[in-house]
Amino acid sequence: MNSMEPAHGGHGRPTLAEELRRATGRNPARCYQCGKCSAGCPMASETALRPHDVMRLVSQDRREELLAAESIWLCLTCETCVDRCPNECDPARTIDALREMASAEAPASVPRALAAFHRSFLDQVRLTGRLFELGLMAEYKLRSGALFADVTAAPGMVSRGKLGFVPHPIKGVKEVRRIFDACERANQEKP
Amino acid sequence: MKVGYYPGCSLHGTSREFDESLRAVAEVLGVELAEIDDWSCCGATSAHATNHLLSVALPARNLALAESQGHAEVLAPCAACYNRLAGARHEIATDAALAARMPELIGRPFANTVAVRNVVEVLHGLLPTIRVRAGQPLAGIKVACYYGCLLVRPAEVCSFDDAEDPVTMEEVVSATGATPVAWDMRLECCGGALSVSRTRSVVRLGRAILNDARAAGADAIVVACPMCHSNLDFRQSAMVRRGEAAMPVLFLSELVGLAFGVAPDRLGLRRHFTSARSLLDRVQPPAAAREVR
Repeated sequence: MNSMEPAHGGHGRPTLAEELRRATGRNPARCYQCGKCSAGCPMASETALRPHDVMRLVSQDRREELLAAESIWLCLTCETCVDRCPNECDPARTIDALREMASAEAPASVPRALAAFHRSFLDQVRLTGRLFELGLMAEYKLRSGALFADVTAAPGMVSRGKLGFVPHPIKGVKEVRRIFDACERANQEKP
Repeated sequence: MKVGYYPGCSLHGTSREFDESLRAVAEVLGVELAEIDDWSCCGATSAHATNHLLSVALPARNLALAESQGHAEVLAPCAACYNRLAGARHEIATDAALAARMPELIGRPFANTVAVRNVVEVLHGLLPTIRVRAGQPLAGIKVACYYGCLLVRPAEVCSFDDAEDPVTMEEVVSATGATPVAWDMRLECCGGALSVSRTRSVVRLGRAILNDARAAGADAIVVACPMCHSNLDFRQSAMVRRGEAAMPVLFLSELVGLAFGVAPDRLGLRRHFTSARSLLDRVQPPAAAREVR
């Protein structure tokens, strides 16, 4: 590691690269912009920022720009970039950490459909301990406003025996809720 | 052989046929699937995209349950569950501070002793038995083995096969008597994480995979992941309605079941959105196959 590297950005706050390094254990400063991550990225044709762009903005400490970017939400976590990075930068894990920061610091910039999906998914798991798929779809539709998306699929799902109508909470559902609470608390206590 | 079984939410719902076919195949292979009592969701994409600690703790609860129920290894057939369980196990094993926090976080004793296996890996370990049990019903059928991402990446977590050039699924398919084809898209992502929230991306990625399998002469695509299956099977039904030729998408366990002569209904093949009829028409009846031998 380079001792010349500034440990702090402006305002006495750690640089974004430093903060990500603490969160992920990977050092984004090792990225030398070879672009292998973006060459293999299945979403590169759709995103304004490709993985190596994200890594560059991290190095340049362009925090607000990154946390507001739709691109970080379009990563599929297929991990191709992780395996191909010659410097073990782990762009996918870095992007996950950026999403976590964005949810906390710039929640309004999270694309509505994606925020709705993740929130609905985790709500269902907290409620019963497992994913109740019909509940997920109902909550997702309400949260995202995409009321009619995939509605034509529902009868097919039912006739194929793929959709349960009643959630079955597990015995340890309170245990699962305590895990959610503990993880949320731990995140809030982070420096 | 007895193995801890973590079906995961999909196998209890939209991918029931994966569970049904796996149970049928396990019975033939003499593998007892001991379902982890009171298992909970692994958190999948939504946990790791929003709260990293939660994405480790939710799988850890299940690994702790398996541990307390006496299992040395757990089979997680869903590739997403496998990836989350194996990923959490790896992260806890390589981060002492995280490991120390786990028991308090999940409210259970936890020593991280349970190995996590995927369905390709487990079936690959049983290749000699599969060869013996498979008749000739799949002779002449060409199959595109689709790994996607979560089975093989990242390499440090999914070390059972090579991340860039895996062979295990093709070897299982060869053992069933079907013929794996060479094709380009077998490791490309289907877009699983955005299946519901950004369907247009998923359709683009899925179409490329289906077209490539078709160009390689495949009669069917074989997968080992409920998200891949849903994206390739369910999302394909809209393309078929518009007149495109159907490409059946089977779970690996369904193909193995067909090779064993298990009835298609027992394997859940009727639950697919894209009909597997074109494939089933070419499957030799098991009785005839036995006579030939």
